[in-house]
Amino acid sequence: MRFVDEFRDAEKAHVLAARIAALCEPGRQYKFMEVCGGHTHTIYKHGLEDYLPEQITLVHGPGCPVCVIPMGRVDDTIHIAEQPDVIMTSFGDMMRVPGGRGSFLDSKAAGTDIRMVYSPLDSLKIARQNPDKHVVFMAIGFETTAPSTAMTLLRAEAEGLDNFSVFCNHVTIIPAIKAIMDSPDLRLDGFIGPGHVSTVIGCEVYRFIPENYGLPIVTAGFEPLDILQSVYMLMLQLSEGRTEVENQYSRVVPWYGNPKALSVIGRTMELRPYFEWRGLGFISHSALRVREEYARFDAERIFEIPGVRVADPKACQCGEVLKGVLKPWECKVFGTACTPETPIGTCMVSSEGACAAYYNFGRFSRDRIKEASGV
Amino acid sequence: MCLGIPGEVVEIYDDRVDLAKVDVSGVRRAINIGLLENEPLAPGDWVLIHVGFAMSKIDEDEARAALEFLEGLGQAYDDEIAALQESKID
Repeated sequence: MRFVDEFRDAEKAHVLAARIAALCEPGRQYKFMEVCGGHTHTIYKHGLEDYLPEQITLVHGPGCPVCVIPMGRVDDTIHIAEQPDVIMTSFGDMMRVPGGRGSFLDSKAAGTDIRMVYSPLDSLKIARQNPDKHVVFMAIGFETTAPSTAMTLLRAEAEGLDNFSVFCNHVTIIPAIKAIMDSPDLRLDGFIGPGHVSTVIGCEVYRFIPENYGLPIVTAGFEPLDILQSVYMLMLQLSEGRTEVENQYSRVVPWYGNPKALSVIGRTMELRPYFEWRGLGFISHSALRVREEYARFDAERIFEIPGVRVADPKACQCGEVLKGVLKPWECKVFGTACTPETPIGTCMVSSEGACAAYYNFGRFSRDRIKEASGV
Repeated sequence: MCLGIPGEVVEIYDDRVDLAKVDVSGVRRAINIGLLENEPLAPGDWVLIHVGFAMSKIDEDEARAALEFLEGLGQAYDDEIAALQESKID
């Protein structure tokens, strides 16, 4: 049964690919950025670029939350974990991310209590069970994840907990998209919009992309056909001379997002004046911090944070990969010094990172290897 | 970590309106449903779950298609289910 389904899907994929090809203007090259790391994963896993005409290139964007955390914030987290009676908690994806002084796993091996949690609510539970310790949740993620941290802060407040705080590293997607469009390195023809971020922020917020930059954006789901369909929708817009915000993933993404999620973020967090992104540098108003009203749950106010900026290793080109300027296989250390087992850069750590996705799936495609050896 | 995984609501708690028990590929855990307070949930409904929170209500066909796709992801999905299994939200 599964094979039949796959065959039908493959057939649909070829039909879509043919329609996309028919829309290509002769001699024109098209470059679309998929903002979200989940899309990158699907694209490599299913070899979607091989379905598309050669005139269309998909470039990977900054939408991998683990990938954009600068090394200094990893070091800051370890510094907090080293304080007396602290239990540090974070998502599993963060554990192997290298900082200037090693990863969370290295720090744990050296004696700190850093634990992996599935949900910030699990951190809250650890706090309740350990009243003589201070439990910190190292929060990362885009707008998909920020509401969960916000709900957890509200819960901590309601319970009157006094041994729980959040080390907030939440980032926001819109300023990153703007930074990419304002960068001279890359000329794009449109965006495949993030799926799950949009369940929170909706689609209306992307209106500036057609209005200010004259480019189309289509919010897409995560299955191979979703992505092919969104490429088709982008091509259709361009061929008809339209640039609009469209929603391919309307079965999950409401046009105006989730108002409750937005309101809890707004209640507990506010925009920082600026935040450092790996590869993109400092971007104004691109990240969230805990509001002063919740200061007693803010690890940045409770602990002294070194806040030292740590430059990425020279060999690492994650920055270029995150901006879509380099493909993973064009990085000098890709697959040699930098592998998922011994990552140098963040893009090789997270399963949503372009390098890890490409390493795990893409490198087995003969075309790509040919392409890589030609670089 | 950024995965959204579909789960079927199997139980609504009378004493905790912000929680629901869901079934994800046979793993049953409590999740927080506070972000969907404007959409009443009942057993049999499907939701998209992210880090222990229901993010949106989805229909059953979408949920099954997404589950099949996620199961095909292999490691990334297995890690997510293993993490969910460790979770003890209350």
